[in-house]
Amino acid sequence: MPDAPGLELILAEINRETPGAVLDTSFDREQAALIVDPAKVVEVLTWLKETPGQEYTFLSSVHGADHFPLTPRFAVHYELLNRDRYERLRVKVVIPDPEAAAADAPNFASDAGSVGGTPGTPGEVRPGMPPTNPAPTPSVEMDGQLLPVVPSVVDLFPTADFQEREVYDFFGIVFEGHPDLRRILMPEDYLGWPQRRDFPVGGEPVIFTRDEVTNPGWWQ
Amino acid sequence: MARVEDTLHDREVRQAGSLRDEEITVADFTTELADRIPGVEFELEPEQEMLTVNMGPHHPATHGVLRLVVNLEGEVVKDLKPVIGYVHTGIEKSCEQMTYWKAIPFVERMDYLSYFFNMQAYVGAVEKLIGLEVPRRAQYLRVLHMELNRLHSHLVWLGTTALDLGAMGVYFYCFRDRDRVLDTFEMSTGQRMHTRYFQIGGVAEDIPAGFEQKVRSTIAQLKIGIDQYEALLDKNEIFLIRTKDVGVVDRERLLELGVTGPLLRAAGDPWDLRKEGGYLSYPELDFDIPVGTVGDGYDRYRVRLTEMRESMKIIEQCLDGLPEGPWIADDRKYALPPRSELSTSMESLIHHFKLVTEGFRVDPGEVYNPIESPRGELGCFVMADGSSKPARVHFREPSFVNLQALADMTIGEYVADLIQTLAMLDPILGGIDR
Repeated sequence: MPDAPGLELILAEINRETPGAVLDTSFDREQAALIVDPAKVVEVLTWLKETPGQEYTFLSSVHGADHFPLTPRFAVHYELLNRDRYERLRVKVVIPDPEAAAADAPNFASDAGSVGGTPGTPGEVRPGMPPTNPAPTPSVEMDGQLLPVVPSVVDLFPTADFQEREVYDFFGIVFEGHPDLRRILMPEDYLGWPQRRDFPVGGEPVIFTRDEVTNPGWWQ
Repeated sequence: MARVEDTLHDREVRQAGSLRDEEITVADFTTELADRIPGVEFELEPEQEMLTVNMGPHHPATHGVLRLVVNLEGEVVKDLKPVIGYVHTGIEKSCEQMTYWKAIPFVERMDYLSYFFNMQAYVGAVEKLIGLEVPRRAQYLRVLHMELNRLHSHLVWLGTTALDLGAMGVYFYCFRDRDRVLDTFEMSTGQRMHTRYFQIGGVAEDIPAGFEQKVRSTIAQLKIGIDQYEALLDKNEIFLIRTKDVGVVDRERLLELGVTGPLLRAAGDPWDLRKEGGYLSYPELDFDIPVGTVGDGYDRYRVRLTEMRESMKIIEQCLDGLPEGPWIADDRKYALPPRSELSTSMESLIHHFKLVTEGFRVDPGEVYNPIESPRGELGCFVMADGSSKPARVHFREPSFVNLQALADMTIGEYVADLIQTLAMLDPILGGIDR
């Protein structure tokens, strides 16, 4: 496990090659993490995988997180592992909600069409997270909703295939360049992103056979 | 008599490797037919002969509610896509509505054959979040129950796999032995499955008198049992023909796909988090990690069988060296006070009430806690936001990740071997779908 100074060294080395790629580091409860600019996550993971002396060649897990109501809201975590030294390193991508940004600046969407972004809105900041993301967040529009976009790492780590689909399925984070981005656990025609914190539990009414016709789904 | 000859011939051909190494296409069959029947034109293109078969979701050989969409050319698998999510129950979302210690019964029900491991992954993550030390006796009890659970899980796997390959007797014997393991769980925890035995800070209660003897007699019976199953299967012609050199994927590709556990070890990689990670009392215990050489179905079977023997070694060491002392951390802020204190101590009563109603609060932070489950690296990610409920619970399920390797294992092989390969993968759909 790289300690806090070790993380700073990694940050300095990556930022020398790709300036601005690593935004921050965090070392908390013996868990090392790099906070990375979403646009440059592939470069950072490639560097961590292929640089001699780093060699984080095994990707254990990819998962999403929702920090609602804090901003920036979404996060995607990549749990890397160096199998020779048994060192784990978390690479964390923090993404503001493009929907909230569009609500703050209503004219923005009409200016930039369906693809665009805006700096994160100022809000309460959690330790270990950057206050705002200076780069604009790319987003795509799907069913009238703006979804954040992160580059896919499937080419680098084929194991991310199912796991990125799961993050997309539950959080509505689109992975650009994923070969087969479909829902994986929820039904194909499902609407909504169930693991988001503002998605209600029990919001879906139980449809009995007797009231199937009169009781529509929660989305209607 | 003719059937035996066929089998023997088949084996010789397979051992020579002539059937497996060359690519079999429909074109081969059509040219062969054209040779046999002169004067008839066969103009079938291989693409036209592609047949899409839907396996499952309700199929006894898919080990749960798994659906496979398989493209076949003749009898050879050309493409395979798993379709999952039929038993998705939103457990990760439900955990966010529960206080930290009330989420334990939820996580148990993900991978229903390795509930002690699910508990340990989750409870260990919460303990890392709050910085709670687990007493040594509790560590030993946890290891003891997890290894019994590994035996249980591998016994179910062995029984169902043998059933898929036509060995019905092994299935009944394995389930008989599995029930004996469940009897020990019932004795120590009160439940046969989904025991909720691990508590944050230790275990829920101490083992009862006579438990050690019960486990020892179970192990003694199981040792004989495993020798017998090994003799039944290892000298079984059909079993050997159907498992040897089937479903081979090399080690590098498995690592790319994130495959861990017995599948990776069968391919010759001695990767086991019990040795590498060194959690709980595993560093104090003496056990070996079995590895295979080829990485075919037979190696996977051998690795799991040997793992069961190693698990029994660990269980015996745990029983021999079980330390005396408390079985739960002595921290009233996180662990429930003992029942006897409630009638004498006001503070204990208050803390008991607060823990049961509100639970404890955890400072914001994130922890990923990986352990070695019977199927590979089982990681639990818990994110705390300062309240008494976890803000995110995510399980890195080994079955879910390992399932990605199924296409690599089966493409280019016979569809009949798909059943064998799937069984050797040991997917648990409760864990995949969560």
